[in-house]
Amino acid sequence: MVCLMIEVREDWCKGCNICIDRCPVDALEESDILNRRGVRPPKLKEKNDCNFCRLCELICPDLAITVFPDEKEKKPVKKTLLTPVGGKIK
Amino acid sequence: MVKIKTADELNKKFLREGMWPTIFCNGCGHGVVLEYTFWALEELGLDMDKVIFSSGIGCSSRLPGYINADGLHTTHGRAIAFATGIKAADPDFNVIVFTGDGDCAGIGGNHFIHAARRNIDMTVIMINNFIYGMTGGQLAPTAPLGSIATTAPYGNIEHPFDICNLACALGANYVARWGVSHPYQPIKSIKEGIQKKGFSLLEFLAPCPTAYGRRNKLGDIKKHWEWYDNNTILKEDLEKIMKYGSEQEKEQVKDKIPLGVFQDIQKPGFFEAYEQLVDRLKEKESKSIGGK
Ligand SMILES: Cc1ncc(C[n+]2csc(CCOP(=O)(O)OP(=O)(O)O)c2C)c(N)n1
Ligand code: SF4
Ligand code: SF4
Ligand code: SF4
Ligand SMILES: [Mg+2]
Repeated sequence: MVCLMIEVREDWCKGCNICIDRCPVDALEESDILNRRGVRPPKLKEKNDCNFCRLCELICPDLAITVFPDEKEKKPVKKTLLTPVGGKIK
Repeated sequence: MVKIKTADELNKKFLREGMWPTIFCNGCGHGVVLEYTFWALEELGLDMDKVIFSSGIGCSSRLPGYINADGLHTTHGRAIAFATGIKAADPDFNVIVFTGDGDCAGIGGNHFIHAARRNIDMTVIMINNFIYGMTGGQLAPTAPLGSIATTAPYGNIEHPFDICNLACALGANYVARWGVSHPYQPIKSIKEGIQKKGFSLLEFLAPCPTAYGRRNKLGDIKKHWEWYDNNTILKEDLEKIMKYGSEQEKEQVKDKIPLGVFQDIQKPGFFEAYEQLVDRLKEKESKSIGGK
């Protein structure tokens, strides 16, 4: 099943793997797609452990990742309590 | 409830997509600073027609080119001088300077010193990668002792510039240093810096795997990024350990680079003082006319 929580602009990814190295729950891995740079952009692992912390989205140097809760899959995502600037959501 | 934007929505708003992807090398920290700036701008909700970016020359100075707003890509070291000019022409503009350690602390050092001293209302985001990245790795004035560069093949013997210390001594209103691997504090700090009247300096320690990391044997991208985690410490933690820690703990942290907000004061900025001066002189003149 395709999981929709992580969207990667494949042509923007340079393959630094910082998202994969830094994900706190180790939810990402290299995909088997080769982009035109010859690198493998990240994807969620088969078992979706992503907790929607959005670190990968904030830290990707090439702004290639977008994270959003998946409505179709009805996965009990931990709702982020903080906005990206650290303030509580009103 | 406020809807949180996604990176994709943010990119549509702030990114000049035609210029993307960047020229930056794989694993370069510059793109992260750009992203943090986007989040800070989004949170501030500024009118982007009233925000101008200025930069000098270097990899870091390419950043304004990727932002969907007006920007000046100026000559090496002169970003702050141009920014002062924008402010003088129209103080209503929010001026944000992107500059590198070579651009700001090296060739542009004097512009930096005097803009900070005069407390000119601008936000300077200096991206410190310890090296002249764009020109292939010459020694920067911020490079730690012992660093290898093309112009220091046997290791740097010059004491590095602590640009935050300098800005504090000059009385800048807001001074902070951050790394790129933890998003929340730096985004909040950029926001505070932009909101602050007077001179704000934000120094970012950014990995440069190509010109600095490779030469200094800091390992692959993952290890190079980890170097920053292992060699920095929050300023508050450092102060506590240096005060109450054991000798061993002190030994462990004494050479780490402190991160945090170093100065947050409210000295009147140059243009505030200038307006007051003009008002004072106008009043004096109208009085003397009235007295005749
Ligand atoms: C007057 C002048 N001198 C020298 C140069 C060559 N030059 C271009 S970029 C650069 C260094 C930039 O270093 P830094 O500001 O640290 O930027 P980085 O590439 O590391 O981000 C130099 C010396 C120039 N363009 N103009
Ligand atoms: S952090 Fe961004 S550029 Fe790096 S591998 Fe992940 S998606 Fe690609
Ligand atoms: S949002 Fe957080 S948990 Fe999910 S993949 Fe990204 S870093 Fe990992
Ligand atoms: S040379 Fe260094 S600073 Fe310049 S783009 Fe490459 S990694 Fe970044
Ligand atoms: Mg540099």
